[in-house]
Amino acid sequence: MEISLLKERERQVYTKGEKPFEMDCEKKSLAGAISQRACVFCGSRVVLYPIADALHLVHGPIGCAAYTWDIRGSLSSGPQLHRLSFSTDLTETDVIYGGEKKLYAALMELIDLHSPKAAFVYSTCIVGIIGDDVEAVCKRVSAEKGIPVLPVHSEGFKGTKKDGYRAACHALFNLTGRGDLAGITRHSINILGEFNIGGEAWIIKDYYERMGVQVVSVMTGDGRVGEIEKAHGAALNVVQCSGSMTYLAKLMEERYGIPWIRVSYFGIEDVSSALYEVAGHFSDAPSIMERTKAMVKEEVERICPGIREYRRDLAGKRAALYVGGAFKAFSLIKALRHLGMNVILAGSQTGTREDYAVLKELCDEGTVIVDDANPIELSKYVIEKDADLFIGGVKERPIAYKLGIGFCDHNHERKTPLAGFIGMLNFAKEVHGTVMSPVWRLTPRRAVGTKDG
Amino acid sequence: MEAIDRSKFLRHTTKDIKEREALTVNPAKTCQPIGAMYAALGLHGCLPHSHGSQGCCSYHRSTLTRHYREPVMAATSSFTEGASVFGGQANLIQAIDNIFTIYDPDVIAVHTTCLSETIGDDIPQIISKADAEGKIPKGKVVFHTNTPSYVGSHVTGFSNMTRSMVDYFARATGANMEQVNIIPGWVEPSDMEEIKRLTGLMGVRTVMFPDTSGILNGPQTGRFNMYPKGGVSMEELKSTGDSIGTIALGPAASSAAAHALDTRCKVPFDLLDLPIGLLATDRFIDAFRRMTGATVPGTIDTERGQLLDIITDMHQHLYNKKVALAGDPDQLVGLCEFLASIDMWPVHVVTGTPGKAFEKRIMEITKDSPYRVNVKAMGDMYLLHQWMKNDPVDLLIGNTYLKYIARDEDVPFIRHGFPILDRVGHSYFPTVGYRGAMILLEKILGALMDRQDRDADAKNIELVM
Repeated sequence: MEISLLKERERQVYTKGEKPFEMDCEKKSLAGAISQRACVFCGSRVVLYPIADALHLVHGPIGCAAYTWDIRGSLSSGPQLHRLSFSTDLTETDVIYGGEKKLYAALMELIDLHSPKAAFVYSTCIVGIIGDDVEAVCKRVSAEKGIPVLPVHSEGFKGTKKDGYRAACHALFNLTGRGDLAGITRHSINILGEFNIGGEAWIIKDYYERMGVQVVSVMTGDGRVGEIEKAHGAALNVVQCSGSMTYLAKLMEERYGIPWIRVSYFGIEDVSSALYEVAGHFSDAPSIMERTKAMVKEEVERICPGIREYRRDLAGKRAALYVGGAFKAFSLIKALRHLGMNVILAGSQTGTREDYAVLKELCDEGTVIVDDANPIELSKYVIEKDADLFIGGVKERPIAYKLGIGFCDHNHERKTPLAGFIGMLNFAKEVHGTVMSPVWRLTPRRAVGTKDG
Repeated sequence: MEAIDRSKFLRHTTKDIKEREALTVNPAKTCQPIGAMYAALGLHGCLPHSHGSQGCCSYHRSTLTRHYREPVMAATSSFTEGASVFGGQANLIQAIDNIFTIYDPDVIAVHTTCLSETIGDDIPQIISKADAEGKIPKGKVVFHTNTPSYVGSHVTGFSNMTRSMVDYFARATGANMEQVNIIPGWVEPSDMEEIKRLTGLMGVRTVMFPDTSGILNGPQTGRFNMYPKGGVSMEELKSTGDSIGTIALGPAASSAAAHALDTRCKVPFDLLDLPIGLLATDRFIDAFRRMTGATVPGTIDTERGQLLDIITDMHQHLYNKKVALAGDPDQLVGLCEFLASIDMWPVHVVTGTPGKAFEKRIMEITKDSPYRVNVKAMGDMYLLHQWMKNDPVDLLIGNTYLKYIARDEDVPFIRHGFPILDRVGHSYFPTVGYRGAMILLEKILGALMDRQDRDADAKNIELVM
């Protein structure tokens, strides 16, 4: 079967070096697409769920809670409340008569039982249709129980995953400004957009502490309500995973005058410049920069020999990457280059026009750039370009394996921390483990996917 | 309030059980559409289509992908706010057009979601309109089932999609097909394969639907096939109306389709339990024999004898062991009957799927139990855990989400059901039929005896067990 692109999709795929650069993005997926994207609810849920001492109640039929139950390894050093699944489990009668009573009862019961520090109530599609006044129920419970109860307006159909991030940012923003700021120094930050998958937030936090920078809150990895309530006391917001949290940084800048910077903790280059940039922000305390320099030197020296080993085998291998936010793609391209690998495809689910312009600059001639791709497109390009490695999420893994290509999960199913200096070494090891696996010598030569017969 | 034990992952589970009404904690079910998607994947050349928000489709695909470690393809209507106000007709028609243009399936199986159900989209009317507008190429098919997510569970969705296969395609032409329909229920591709092997040994032609074997347990071929070799074909599906009879396995998942075939095409059916364990497999083989007049070959007798042989050899290890289970009703009935037949006793049983008949059936199966039995339909894993805290067990059986309970309570654990996110094997090794029961028994014994070895102190460790 000849693999063709849907006409409407042509402008969402670009090959560097061909025709002038122009790309459509930030579009809703076409109806009928086998999109790899999720919904508004998904966006909100993944951003907020790492807050471990809060109650996360999904208001809707059971599915929305079931599918998002503990699927990301967002680690907590304390409570594990976030890794349970709470649902109002709406049934037919609730859909007819409304789910407000049930929501109220569920909240009251759960708050009594678990004494959470705050509660988030996620609205799902159906709630948007039957018109429950979630806001009013939350207000009432909040008044009766004396904790913040925050509605998250995450009806699945009301936009894309990005709109879900915004809804989550609103909820987080509502939590800030409540706490006591005693003990917060001038050299303090909030870490935004770090979800502690595989313990990554702990690694990053440790760097800042060694630099002499106080971390007021992490949003939301290993997050605590009390810390977020004090977040307005920090001197700087450091935003990773720009797609999800830039909006919150902007809100906080507006309300509290907190400046923000956008960073990535992935890859030696990017993590170093992130830390330097934060140190540079506190130029009134030169000792911070001194400590940062010493620390970076020490960390880089520690991992370099290992990286060199892996690079020997990996140099010249070809990688394809398809990730959620485009900012991650930037870091990955640099990191893969560090391993001597060539990027032959780079794509994202949610990149913006500016993101793709940057991506184009970063890529070599001939690299294919895609927005919101489907599996057929992805497999077409990885085969045409003869990739040795595919970096993506849960739905891409089996496709890569079927084709006979190594795979690395750089999404929420990663189990080892890939952030920070040590993360770069872990990444190199993981890439090495899959690209160099002897299994590829046993599998048939990769061929283009076709329909049977 | 009870003290919190911080060494436990599920430290928030209380031993004290309070009746909950408004709330499900750690569900033992999920929603209808994913069941419909799984069933539709058992049709050859079929692309399942989710008529709702983008997220539903993405979640179902992710969950099925994690469980099978195979590519799972499905499309979505990608609802927007506009669609939710004006209805999803435009989205579905555009989707049908796009799907045939780019993905070229033989069949599109549409299922609804809570969203499209509540706004009241009339799917047959939309399909007719798409057809009238020439969006459905000649020889291609679009059909649908209704799967409101707020009714029943994922099992209901599977049942609805299977029934729709009958409603749309089964035809009685008067031809005598000399074949038997098998509706396997929600089982693994490996189980479907095993059932086909058994009926194949008896030399009678069968049509199994849905049939995900070959689709969700396919080999590594170096190719990505959107539509792998397996699945029931449209021709076969049409011919089910001319079969001599239907064997429907598992009432929750299969009875609706069996009844529909009977009503529409006058094909009589036998509704049986899933053939899990010796007794249920006996009933299956016997029903098939009676329906077809086939003789049961020696091979099958031998397999039965081998299963019986293991049970005989090891019965002392099984004696009066207590088991807790969570899963789907049809699976649980089969498992509980098997356990009871080998002197192991289900003491705590939950399914998330509603239905009082299930509770009655489990009580019946366990009526000779030396222990008190807790059973609940529309229960959840939180309740199961609480029961286990009050009355500990020797073995836990269910999907991956039970692993935390197993860890916290330090109980041997066997993964069975959906989803299994952290082990392999379920798509390749059956648990139905005599051989499936042997595999199951090997797992049970392995878990129990590994535990015995682990717990034995230096002076008590045994070489021969």
